[in-house]
Amino acid sequence: MQEVAQRETGALIEGKHTYESITHKIASVAMGYRHPIAWYIVTAIAAAGVFMLITAIAWLLLRGVGIWGINQPVGWGFAIINFVWWIGIGHAGTLISAILLLLRQQWRTSINRFAEAMTIFAVMCAGMFPLLHVGRPWVAYWLLPIPNWTGAWPQFRSPLIWDVFAVTTYFTVSLLFWFTGLIPDFATLRDRAKKRISQIIYGVLAMGWRNSAKHWHRYESAYLLLAGLSTPLVVSVHSIVSLDFAVSLLPGWHTTIFPPYFVAGAIYSGFAMVLTLVIPIRAWYKMQDVLTMKHLDWMAKIMLATGLIVFYGYIMEIFTALYSGHSMETFLVKNRFFGPYAPFFWALLVCNGLIPQVLWSPKVRQNVALLFVISLIVNVGMWLERFVIVVTSLHRDFLPSSWGMYYPTIWDVMLYAGTIGFFTFMMFLFVRFVPMISIFEMRDLLHQTDRHRQAPAGAPATPVATTEVSS
Amino acid sequence: MSVPLHGIIAEYETPEELLRAAKRAREAGYTHMDAYSPFPVHGLAEAIGFEDHKVPWVTFFAGVIGAIAGFALQYYISVVDYPLNVGGRPFLSWPAFIPVTFETTVLFAAFGAFIGMLALNGLPQPYHPVFNAPRFERASQDRFFLCIEASDPLFDRANTRHFLEGTGARMVSEVEE
Repeated sequence: MQEVAQRETGALIEGKHTYESITHKIASVAMGYRHPIAWYIVTAIAAAGVFMLITAIAWLLLRGVGIWGINQPVGWGFAIINFVWWIGIGHAGTLISAILLLLRQQWRTSINRFAEAMTIFAVMCAGMFPLLHVGRPWVAYWLLPIPNWTGAWPQFRSPLIWDVFAVTTYFTVSLLFWFTGLIPDFATLRDRAKKRISQIIYGVLAMGWRNSAKHWHRYESAYLLLAGLSTPLVVSVHSIVSLDFAVSLLPGWHTTIFPPYFVAGAIYSGFAMVLTLVIPIRAWYKMQDVLTMKHLDWMAKIMLATGLIVFYGYIMEIFTALYSGHSMETFLVKNRFFGPYAPFFWALLVCNGLIPQVLWSPKVRQNVALLFVISLIVNVGMWLERFVIVVTSLHRDFLPSSWGMYYPTIWDVMLYAGTIGFFTFMMFLFVRFVPMISIFEMRDLLHQTDRHRQAPAGAPATPVATTEVSS
Repeated sequence: MSVPLHGIIAEYETPEELLRAAKRAREAGYTHMDAYSPFPVHGLAEAIGFEDHKVPWVTFFAGVIGAIAGFALQYYISVVDYPLNVGGRPFLSWPAFIPVTFETTVLFAAFGAFIGMLALNGLPQPYHPVFNAPRFERASQDRFFLCIEASDPLFDRANTRHFLEGTGARMVSEVEE
């Protein structure tokens, strides 16, 4: 039992590391590091994406949502597809940082900071879409219960207003959780900083943190509470997003499977995005000894598991529709299979259902390049899923006289690609200025794994050192 | 002797050494002390005789306030100030108010945990005398410190220093106020 624990945790940090070396490895990236040329290239391209985003938004504000492809039967289009896609991506961050913390999964330590940053930037991207989709973003404050000159209040029986509360709460709590985790690391950077400007900035951010045992005592309690609060929150957010659909009466949307199926899909796409980001950054910053194959392997396993739940959701959707015997539901399935958007539906099944099955093979999970490609395919697949859900239900509903087609315009595409640019830009700035791996938790992990190595064979493990690692 | 002392600080190389030293200091009767470590060391707070469970309570009450505030907001809007007949449902259609109530509960509780932790720790704090200790920047990197404070009734400049030197410390130094 103990031997297993030794081997498994040993694989979470490879090579010979001390507190100092692990601190140096992570902290130096944020300060006085020669960044790889790839960092400059990607950041430059992403910055171009940010300009494209600004252009797309500026033109939208000038001309209105008419520049998009949305029309009468399909009023939701790209804006809502992308909103759901981005929100979903954010969810893996919370899952990794909160749920895995509560489950005492030590392997989260190397990726939680990164995944939390991803959550925050993904939610920023997500939030832009509904705000712009309302048409007049300058009165978006009407969504909030703020007394205003119209004398009107939000309608609290609508999932759309629940969404406002869920997403803003999610963003705020994720930010608090992230910042709480960063305080001790900012203190480390403050103490290592050579330049005056870094000392001041990191010093202000660390808020006078001095690593006192009394502080740690309260800190750990607050950190655990934030994790406990984030866990139901993350489930509630995507459930509420799914209720935007499920509470309506449209065939294909009006189903009870939506909340769990959306949450599983969110985690699935989120893990795919973590892999997409971690794999290149791990290589460029030579983080292989703290972001080991074990981490990639386990992330791939979670992706496979949640992918199967999502696939089960697809099958149940079809089954329920056919089993209901309801003509509109049956028609929807036929329309998805053979209608004008059928290629999207089949591509979605291939991307999300078929291709990820190769992850059953340990050889594939050990192949970094292949994992990267699969994670991209899953990202695409999850986007297609939202496209199929939003567009196929809307474009042909009950009355054939009101059927229509939806084609995105260049502005839809620019806005979407622009958010990807913005997201990448923010992630790369984060890697540049903030420790991308939680340093104090890595030291803690090192301490615990070292205890295992030092413990003589057969000796009972001390209570502190019981590292429950289950794969 | 012109500058008053904050305390005497000892530096250790491992968390185990620090834990042992803290326990010995407690056994020796010292009560005013603090330990500093680059990561949370289990049992260290207990070893220096510190226990505090206020953060969970602050979080809990913040959550309760959030729940009440969230529900009251919806009640006031939907029943009192702007009653709107939606499909003939009652104005107080409370099941529909649960999601928002849940979100405000979590929001307030999270702020409670965050602000409560900082406030109880006295952060942000621009200055603290322990930063005057030599090599103290290592406390956030790879070294472990135990500081017996001058406010301790047993504190004696020479004796305390002697005591800390006997606990396996790598270095013992005085910290100015």
